Amino acid sequence: MKAVSVEEAIAMIPSGASVMVGGFMGVGTPERLLDELVRQKKTGLSLICNDAAVPGKGVGKLFDAAQVSRLTATHIGLNPKAQQQMLTNAIAVDLIPQGTFVERIRAGGCGLGGILTPTGVGTLVAEGKREIEVNGKPFLLETALRAQFALVHAFLADYLGNLAYALTSRNFNPVMAMAADTVIVTAENIVPVGVIAPDHVVTPAPLVDYLITNG
Amino acid sequence: MDPQTLIARRVAKELGSGDLVNLGIGIPTLVANYVPADLKVFFQSENGLIGTGPIPEQGLAHPTLTDAGGRPISALPGASTFDSAMSFGLIRGGHVDVTVLGGLQVDAYGHLANWTIPGKMVPGMGGAMDLVSGARRVIVAMQHAAKGKSKIVPKCTLPLTSVRPVNLVVTDMAVIGFAGGKATLLETAPGVTIGEVMAVTDADLVIPDHVPEMMI
Repeated sequence: MKAVSVEEAIAMIPSGASVMVGGFMGVGTPERLLDELVRQKKTGLSLICNDAAVPGKGVGKLFDAAQVSRLTATHIGLNPKAQQQMLTNAIAVDLIPQGTFVERIRAGGCGLGGILTPTGVGTLVAEGKREIEVNGKPFLLETALRAQFALVHAFLADYLGNLAYALTSRNFNPVMAMAADTVIVTAENIVPVGVIAPDHVVTPAPLVDYLITNG
Repeated sequence: MDPQTLIARRVAKELGSGDLVNLGIGIPTLVANYVPADLKVFFQSENGLIGTGPIPEQGLAHPTLTDAGGRPISALPGASTFDSAMSFGLIRGGHVDVTVLGGLQVDAYGHLANWTIPGKMVPGMGGAMDLVSGARRVIVAMQHAAKGKSKIVPKCTLPLTSVRPVNLVVTDMAVIGFAGGKATLLETAPGVTIGEVMAVTDADLVIPDHVPEMMI
């Protein structure tokens, strides 16, 4: 793990990159990284995030500034700007069930080719996908999902990069921290090694590439 | 009693002690208000919490304690938090005893459509498909009709949420079950006759010999 400034971290992300962002309706989202993505005008992003948050908050800022060209998400109904950009084909949107979304990312981070889920069998979601029967039950084959970058927000990060999360801001963060080539983390509090007890570490330090410094 | 309160109060009677329950947005959210205080029910919020509590007082909200809509909530003593993989593992894995969702259409076979109106409303399905596919019991809480049109239809014309039939539909006029594979009228709302229910229901209903009035 390397401690870097928010400017240095975002400078590593090229326009057009695939980026996973943690958070659920903007809760548990690394706001400082998103603000810097906007400031450095990174465009054509392929965004993987549970939802589109709301204008002005979380990944909503990326839609305000029209920086997204492709979105993989589960729900964008609370962001009218993202909806409008989808309906005018300004962004390509892949809407998938939330359980499938998180399991595809988990698979991507765990070396699996994909997962078999009963969710979506016989619905629009099944179109173009392989259905596989296991013990007489039908499942959809859903392929693994990875990204070049994961932007993760934690409650605590120690000097090595061990992470712990708070309440409902955990959501997709620890799963995404497994599923990207480069993992960049902001934390509410950066603490000395040992403050997070081994049993309370959720994301182990070796998964974290860059920790954003305070200030 | 307004229709939403009636529906929420009736659905609350379906919850049992120790149940892990997931409530959707809209009428389902109201159900929590009518669970008896002595009944120990665990409410799950799919963004990663079991043990959701009431909305905190003004000024006491915490930015990292929210419901699936991103609104502030509280956590009851004994609550637990987890990531989204665990949350949907609970849902798909059959650990959630009851899910209560809103509906756009339910058909004569119990199929639910509740996530999209193609060309008009395309918000994404969020957790709805996983909940209907995986929860042990699926209860739909919705108005019987919208703008004079029955929401209980012979066959769903809107895209299905799941091919797995729901267990129960509670409306402002009736309780309908699907135990026999076909929509069956189980109860009528107070002051509503069987004939009135049939008149606003497009789907064929199986009418048992005895149809009691909803106990609220």
